[in-house]
Amino acid sequence: MSEFFTDLGTALPRLVEEGLRDTLLSFLGGAVLMVLVAVLLGLATHQGPIWLRGISRAIVEFFRGTSLVVQLFFLFYALPTLTGVDLGSMWTAILALGLNYGAYGAEVVRGSLAAVPKGQWETATALSMPWATKIRRIIWPQAWALMLPGFNNLLVMLVKGTAVVGLVLLNDLTFESEQVRREVGTWPAFLAALIIYFLIALVVSGVLRVLERRAQRRLGLGDFGSQKERRTDDETDDAAPAHAGVA
Amino acid sequence: MPTDSTPTTEAATSTDPAPRIEFEDVEKKFGKTTVLKDLNFTIGRGERVTLIGPSGSGKTTILRLLMTLEDLTDGYIWVDGDPLTHDRRDGKRVELKPKQIAQVRKRIGMVFQQFNLFPNMSVLDNITEAPIHVLGQSKDEAKENALTLLDRVGLRNRADAHPTQLSGGQQQRVAIARALAMDPEILLLDEVTSALDPELVGDVLGVLEDVAETTDITMLIVTHEMQFARDVSQRVMMFDGGQIVEEAPPEEMFTRPKNERTQKFLEAII
Amino acid sequence: MFDSELFLEALPVLLKAFVEVTLVVTVLGSLLAAVLGLVWAIALRELPAAIGRPLRWVLDFIRMTPLPVHLLVVYYAFTQISPKTVGILVIGIHYSTYMAESYRSGIDSIRSGQWEAATALSLPRSRTWRAVILPQAIRNTLPSLGNWAIAMFKDTPFLIFISVPEMVTAARVFGGRNFSYIEAMTVAGLLFLLASYPTAVLMQKLEKKLAY
Repeated sequence: MSEFFTDLGTALPRLVEEGLRDTLLSFLGGAVLMVLVAVLLGLATHQGPIWLRGISRAIVEFFRGTSLVVQLFFLFYALPTLTGVDLGSMWTAILALGLNYGAYGAEVVRGSLAAVPKGQWETATALSMPWATKIRRIIWPQAWALMLPGFNNLLVMLVKGTAVVGLVLLNDLTFESEQVRREVGTWPAFLAALIIYFLIALVVSGVLRVLERRAQRRLGLGDFGSQKERRTDDETDDAAPAHAGVA
Repeated sequence: MPTDSTPTTEAATSTDPAPRIEFEDVEKKFGKTTVLKDLNFTIGRGERVTLIGPSGSGKTTILRLLMTLEDLTDGYIWVDGDPLTHDRRDGKRVELKPKQIAQVRKRIGMVFQQFNLFPNMSVLDNITEAPIHVLGQSKDEAKENALTLLDRVGLRNRADAHPTQLSGGQQQRVAIARALAMDPEILLLDEVTSALDPELVGDVLGVLEDVAETTDITMLIVTHEMQFARDVSQRVMMFDGGQIVEEAPPEEMFTRPKNERTQKFLEAII
Repeated sequence: MFDSELFLEALPVLLKAFVEVTLVVTVLGSLLAAVLGLVWAIALRELPAAIGRPLRWVLDFIRMTPLPVHLLVVYYAFTQISPKTVGILVIGIHYSTYMAESYRSGIDSIRSGQWEAATALSLPRSRTWRAVILPQAIRNTLPSLGNWAIAMFKDTPFLIFISVPEMVTAARVFGGRNFSYIEAMTVAGLLFLLASYPTAVLMQKLEKKLAY
C-alpha cells in the first residue's frame, strides 16, 4: 500500500511537468474557440435570415453528428492533402475541440436566446432599439445567465475531450501517463492522470458557478429581490404618487 | 416632458391634413385565422381613444401592429401621413426597409400588460437605456429627464432599485416613465392594469390620467377599466370579430349603447 | 484529390468494422449503462448516507474524468479480459454515471403524492418502486437515455486507445495503407452522421410523444 502511494507520488509531479502543458493549452484554446463558435452559430440559428439559419443548422448538425475523433483525424490527415495547409498538432487539436464542442454550445446559446421572455424582445422593439443594441444591451445579459449552466457542462466535457489530443501526437496527460506507467505501474500512473483531470474539471466547474451566481445576482435573482423586501416596499412607497387614488 | 411635439392640442385635429394614425383596409391573419379584416379608421392628433371588446376581438392586435410587433397581412397603416410598414408606390403595396420602419416607429411608445422591465438594469437605467442608445442623448441629459419622469410617477426615491425589488404597480409606473422618456407622439397602452393586484391599479391609472391632462400625446388604450376609459378618452371604439361595431364618446357609449353586441358586452363587464 | 474508387473500396471495409465493433459496443454498452444507471439511481436514494455518499463521489469522479484514461487503466490492469470486452464494460460504466443522473431527475419529477399514496395503501417499498415509481420515471427518462446512447456511439472511436479495431481505427489503417486518408475518413464521418442524426431526430419525436 505504501509503495502504491510512493509510486503515485512519483507519477503526479512527472505528469504535471510533462503532460499538463499540452492538456491545458488545448483546453484553453478549445474553450475560446468553442465559445466563439457557439455564440456565432447560436445567434445565426436563432436570429439569422432563413437561409443563414439553414446553413448554420446544417453546420451544427454536421459537427454534432460526426464524431470528435473523426473530425480530429480529418483535420490532421486529410486537410493537409486537400488544402496544402498543415496546421500542426496543437492547432489541429484546438480546431477540432472548438468546432465539435462549439456545435453543442450553439444549441445552448440558441436555447437560452429562445428562453428570454418574449416581452423583453418586444419591449426593446417598442423602444426602437436597433438589432445590435437590442441583443447586446437587453437580450444577451439575460441569455448569458441562462446559458452558463450549459456551458459549465460543456467545458467539463471539453476537459475530458482533450484526452484525445495524444492521437495527433501531442504529449498530453493521457499520453504521458502511458509513458509513466512503464516505471510506476498501471494504477498509480493512470490514477495520477485521473486526479489531475478531475481537479481541472472541478476548477473549471467552480469558476463557471461563480460566474453563474454573479449573472443571476445582476438579474435580481437569488437573495437580492426576496419576498420580504418586496412587501415592505409596497407598504412604504405606494402612497407616494401625487395622483394616486383614482379608480 | 414631451409636450412640444405638436403645436396645439385637440383643436389641431380638424385643421391638420394628415391624421395622427390611419388604418387603411388593414387585414391581419394568424395562420388561417383572420383577426382583422377591411379595417379602416383614423385617430386625430392628441386624441385619446379606448378600444373595448371581447377577448379575441382584435383590439390588442391593433396596438401590436402599430408597434410593428406583428406583420401586417394586407393594407396600410399611416402615421402622420407617413407609411409605417408598407407604402403605396404606383398603386403597388411595397414593404419598407427596416431602417425606414425604425424612423416612424420612434414616434410610438408602448406600455405592456406584463411591464417587461429589463431585469439586468436598475430602474434608472431602464429609463435612460433607449434615450442614450437610440436617441443619442448624453448620459447626463438622459438621467435628468429620467429623474424628472420618476418624480412624476412618484418613484424618484427608487431610481437605484432593482426591478425585482418593486411591486407590480411600481414596476408599471417605471414602464410608463420608460415609454415617456422616448418622447413619443403616440402612446399605446395594452391592458396596463390587468396584471396588477386591485389595490395597486389606482396609482397606475392616476399617473396615466396625469399624462393625459398635461400632455397632448395621442393615446390608444386597451383596457377593462371603464371608469378610466370614461375619464381619459374622447372616443370609445367597440370591436367584435375584427370589426368596429360601434364608436362614440364615452358618455354616450357607456350610457346609451346602440349596438346589441355592445350592450351585451358592457352588461357583462360592468 | 478525392479518389472515388478508394472511397468505394473503403466503404465495405469500414462497414464491416462498423457492424462488428462499433454497433456491438454501442448496443451492449447502452444496455449495461441503462441497467447500472438505474441501480445507481435507486441506490443513491435508498442506501444510508454512509454508503450513499462515497458512492456519489465515485460516480462523480468517473463522470468528470476522461474515458480514454478509464479504458487504458482497465486494459492494462486486467490483461486477461479481451480489449473489446474492456471497451464494452468501461464505456458502459462511464455512461451509467450519466444515465444515473437522468434516472434521478426522472424519479425526482414524480410528485410526492405518488409516494404518499403508496404509503397510504401500505405498499411495501420494493413494490412501490416496481409498480408505481419506476414505470413513470423510466417513461420520462427514455429520451434522455437515448441521447446518452447516441453520445456513447460517437465516443466509440476512443477504443483506438486500446487497439480495438472499430471503424475509425479501420479508417486510419486503410488511409495509411493507401497513402490517402480523405476517402476513408469521409466514409467514417458519413456513417456516423447517417446513423446518429436520424436517431437523434427519433429521440426528439419520442420526447414530444411521451410528454404528457
